[in-house]
Amino acid sequence: MLRPLRLTWLFFRIGALNDLQYRANFWLQILQSAIQLGTGLAVLGLIFSQTPALNGWTQPELLAVMAVHILMGGVIGALIQPSMDRLRQDIREGTFDFVLTKPEDVQVVSSIREIRIWQAVDVVVGLVVLGFAVSQLERALGPLEALAFAIALVLGGLMIYSFWLIVTTVAFWIVRIDEIAELFQGLYQSGRWPVTIYPEWLRTSLTFLIPIAFAVTVPAQALTGRLTLDTLALAGGFAIVVLVLSRAFFRIGLRRYSGASS
Amino acid sequence: MSASAAHAPVPASPPAPPRLVSPLRGLFDVYVAEARIAIAEQIQYRAANYMYMLGMVAEPVIYLVVWSTVAAQQGGSVAGFTAGSFAAYYIVWTLVRNINIVFTPYGWENRIREGRLSAQLLHPLFPIVEDLGFFLGWKPVVVVLWLPIAAFLSLVFQPVFTVTPLGVVVFAFSLLGAYLIRSLNQSSLGLITFWTTRVGPIFQLYIAAELLLSGRLVPMALMPQWVQNVANFLPFQWTFGFPIEALVGNLSTEQLLGGLAMQLFWIVFGSILVRVVWHFAIRRYSAVAG
Repeated sequence: MLRPLRLTWLFFRIGALNDLQYRANFWLQILQSAIQLGTGLAVLGLIFSQTPALNGWTQPELLAVMAVHILMGGVIGALIQPSMDRLRQDIREGTFDFVLTKPEDVQVVSSIREIRIWQAVDVVVGLVVLGFAVSQLERALGPLEALAFAIALVLGGLMIYSFWLIVTTVAFWIVRIDEIAELFQGLYQSGRWPVTIYPEWLRTSLTFLIPIAFAVTVPAQALTGRLTLDTLALAGGFAIVVLVLSRAFFRIGLRRYSGASS
Repeated sequence: MSASAAHAPVPASPPAPPRLVSPLRGLFDVYVAEARIAIAEQIQYRAANYMYMLGMVAEPVIYLVVWSTVAAQQGGSVAGFTAGSFAAYYIVWTLVRNINIVFTPYGWENRIREGRLSAQLLHPLFPIVEDLGFFLGWKPVVVVLWLPIAAFLSLVFQPVFTVTPLGVVVFAFSLLGAYLIRSLNQSSLGLITFWTTRVGPIFQLYIAAELLLSGRLVPMALMPQWVQNVANFLPFQWTFGFPIEALVGNLSTEQLLGGLAMQLFWIVFGSILVRVVWHFAIRRYSAVAG
């Protein structure tokens, strides 16, 4: 159990050092995050110029949803997506051989090989906006709610990771799936709003097909006193199911792999 | 090979002189050829195209749901828009957005950073002509793929709208206008990569401005008055808001024709701009073994 964690930490350090060489990227990322935040705030302002609350969510509450969305987006961009992009590319080009020859768990190595440290700027931005939003909430945040928030956030991250792994594993069968990244980016934008505003079929898809609801809305529910124990238990159960499922699927996909003398 | 040819070798005939066509006809042929290449290429990648389109459809569906919710809370309508008219607006949006896909500044960034422009410079053609033709050819494929999406969205969100014959004609022309304005502006923006290979932040700023000032995010009528005033001095609203409203926005004849005239103005402006920028930009180009 300790070994994958040590390996993760090692790869994290290598990746961070590698990325830290390109310091100009930090400023570019800051600018990019600022544009994103500015646009998001403008949209919120526009909506609340027309209505006092959106489906029962007040302005600070929706700001909290947006903050969690930015935060989780930073985690995905920094930790999850880079390795998955690399995995997809390696499968297509046959360079996946180099991972297979390593004496470590293939899934672990595939999932931690690459990070983009500057994307973590969004994590910081998300936390700052979150702090502001929480201070604006009418009811104070209790320690129990904060704990539930942290748990929900970790579970959400794990589910998004499993989703990415399943989708990337498809590359063992279908070679050109680069547009998956675009598709996910598009769908992820739906998390900017509480999924409860979407029609039933869409809400279900955004919960169980692509776990955006668990990744963003559920943590935000914890912050705003909307989370029930049932939902949190469901999140925990579903996280275990998709983690196991994605691992099994990855192993099946692995059998399909054949490198062509890379 | 026929018997006579084998016995009596004919003297090699001189190569046929190149067929001379008028420059305009030649340019037209180039557009047709580029378009056919694009069609052939994009049909191969149907699945990839579909994934791309589905990702893009998420954006208007989100706006649509959010604004329908607002409308429902405000007693059925916001600034004259009901859930049904929002649905009509955002479903037409998906077509306009697809028509609006053009060669991005990121494409220019790659092209210049990797030195691939060298080969293109050898063609006796302005490179932007090739981009225009290629992306135009992509559109028929896109429209065919779009039809089922539009049908599905219409079933789910029940759009309410009335169209006039003039509106339909103006809409068709305005799509071409929107495509040209957006292509020309993004090409000018892409040419910035001759100076810096990091066009990303500039492009994102441009997209953010477009999002807020074009009717892409919300119909312009929902924007504060000062934003609408600013938008009147910029090309953005003629690439999103105008085409959409030409079809489903109940515009007057005056507004419809005036809009086309504004599009024409921005096309001329964009053409001149891209020529001027190109004039200065190309002097900075150098490549190593492109």
